[in-house]
Amino acid sequence: MSAARTVTSGTGAAGGGGRAARFIDWIDERFPLTAMMKEHVTEYYAAKNFNIWYVFGVLALVVLILQLVTGIFLTMNYKPSAADAFASVEYIMREVEWGWLIRYMHSTGASMFFVVVYLHMFRGLMYGSYKAPRELLWIVGMLIYLALMAEAFMGYLLPWGQMSYWGAQVIVSLFGAIPVIGEGLVEWIRGDFFISDITLNRFFAFHVVAVPLALIMLVVVHILALHTTGSNNPDGIEIKEKKSPEGIPLDGVAFHPFHTSKDLVAIIVFAIIFVAVVFFAPEMGGYFLEHANFEPANLLKTPEHIAPVWYFTPFYAILRAVPSKGWGAFLMLSAIVLLFLLPWLDRCKVKSIRYRGWQFKVALAGLVISFVALGFLGLQPATEKVYVYAARVFAGIYFAFFLLMPLYTSRERTKPVPERVVFHGHE
Amino acid sequence: MASQFMNHGLRSGCIALVAVLAVLSGAPALASSEGGGFQQPANNDIANMASLQRGARNFVNYCQGCHSAKYVRYNQLARDLGMTEQQVIKNLMFGAARPTDTMDVAMRPADGARWFGIPPPDLSLMARSKGPDYIYNFLRSFYADPARPTGVNNLMLPNAAMPHVLWELQGLHKAVYEQEEHDGATHLVFRRFEEISPGTLKPEEYDEFVRDTVNFLEYIAEPMKLKRQSLGILVVAFLLVFGLFAYLLKQEIWKDVR
Repeated sequence: MSAARTVTSGTGAAGGGGRAARFIDWIDERFPLTAMMKEHVTEYYAAKNFNIWYVFGVLALVVLILQLVTGIFLTMNYKPSAADAFASVEYIMREVEWGWLIRYMHSTGASMFFVVVYLHMFRGLMYGSYKAPRELLWIVGMLIYLALMAEAFMGYLLPWGQMSYWGAQVIVSLFGAIPVIGEGLVEWIRGDFFISDITLNRFFAFHVVAVPLALIMLVVVHILALHTTGSNNPDGIEIKEKKSPEGIPLDGVAFHPFHTSKDLVAIIVFAIIFVAVVFFAPEMGGYFLEHANFEPANLLKTPEHIAPVWYFTPFYAILRAVPSKGWGAFLMLSAIVLLFLLPWLDRCKVKSIRYRGWQFKVALAGLVISFVALGFLGLQPATEKVYVYAARVFAGIYFAFFLLMPLYTSRERTKPVPERVVFHGHE
Repeated sequence: MASQFMNHGLRSGCIALVAVLAVLSGAPALASSEGGGFQQPANNDIANMASLQRGARNFVNYCQGCHSAKYVRYNQLARDLGMTEQQVIKNLMFGAARPTDTMDVAMRPADGARWFGIPPPDLSLMARSKGPDYIYNFLRSFYADPARPTGVNNLMLPNAAMPHVLWELQGLHKAVYEQEEHDGATHLVFRRFEEISPGTLKPEEYDEFVRDTVNFLEYIAEPMKLKRQSLGILVVAFLLVFGLFAYLLKQEIWKDVR
């Protein structure tokens, strides 16, 4: 009897006896615990042919949790004031028990968040994960990316180093490019006539409360949308269309234990890379923690060379490639907005790059090359003319990927898409 | 497919680790890219305890008159540099400070600004913002320049406000420039330093003195550096073992999936 109940409640944990199963039943009558576990974990079916590109979503979730936890502990000792912020970070590094480890995990986590999110987005581009029926999933993902940029930008001000200060100065002043309201808007954002103690306090509020809250809610919506449409796969085939008599997708395996066991391996491999940075190269040669940021903010001393952290540099390069600040800011914004429109710019019916024509493959390669090149150029001093010209060329390629997309995707000669996913099984 | 997945993971892991090491070894080059052509790597070693102790001695005797290290506590030096608190009190503390105090400076910032033009900066993090190589070359690049109020100039930081505090040790040098033609114009190019008057230390001894001092500055910039590296090896080793079991578990779970 009790065994039968265990099976119907569907929880392995209840295995031993009737008491645990009865407890689960008691909860289920009051909260849909078992139903939720089934829907999102044990009976959520995803394609069995996932490859390495399908681990970055889960890794992004892991980094989000890491940032939330380390962030809470940093907040316990950080002081959001222009007079104390820099010293309080050094206090964390030197005097708080394991403070240096928590801080390095948080600073490394910020950069690694963007590493996994960029790879996650690239996966979506490659396999057409933005296409119907996943348009909303893609848009929510883009909103997460926007929130993440806001989170990273405001977090970077908090150590109150030279780059914190002048980076914020440059980015906030961009809003001044908006006609008519620009100057007033910049003042409103800063709460002062320059980046000051007031700005630091409000950025702190956004960084530790408002934006994380938005991020968590957006991630929940992202996952709910994913579980409504089902995950895409490297073949771009809708596995829901071929189901067994029991209603299980023939090409799917349950998220748990199949994908969770695979994800665990990926998480550990990722963790090895992550801790290698934390313990052996926390500054990553000045890319994760900029050298100039070990000097306290000094509003009387503009650094010779202001560069944002690497994950913003592709957009920074686009901004600098244009002589007019207004148009530069507009193009920078467009570079992000165009990503939102991807589901409607792409006219090709085939999802996966495996079965698409050469036009899309060439265009995607161009996008990747231009994005990386712009990232490099954004790190270089703007004094070199050749860098500015190069940035214009690569910005052109970047925009061509989106603006010409309706043209080249409607002429693609695609390969036939197979009925079932390509999967060779174990070994 | 399954083993392919693992291979991919391992391979990308290796690539990332190699990238980390490459960037690490490239970091000093980045830090020392500013300034003139007279540059050599500091080649200091923060694991060398004797060098750190000499560096601490140099710092309190020659630097701390004007520069603070306000995030560093004396008793932390005792713990990290293999000294007793008594040894630190006797050898490294000259004022009324207690071992739990930070390495402050008696000179008021306003006085510093009046005497030197700018208050001498705190040195706790100088080796992280400028890099040890920069400081090593800075302290070896002073040369006589009668046009400056201090009588010296610096090749790494032209018109430096800092006087040549170590002139007694190094002696005084002059910078030799030569004319060179390129791009259709003549440029003055730095060639070498020439001794005007000798110091109490031989040139190699002076380099060693500066190297110890820079070593100490690198240590105080990140006192936990040695600790994090040794801990890191343990953490990676643990993850490798954990990863092996996770991989075997995954193989077991996936073995019947066709």
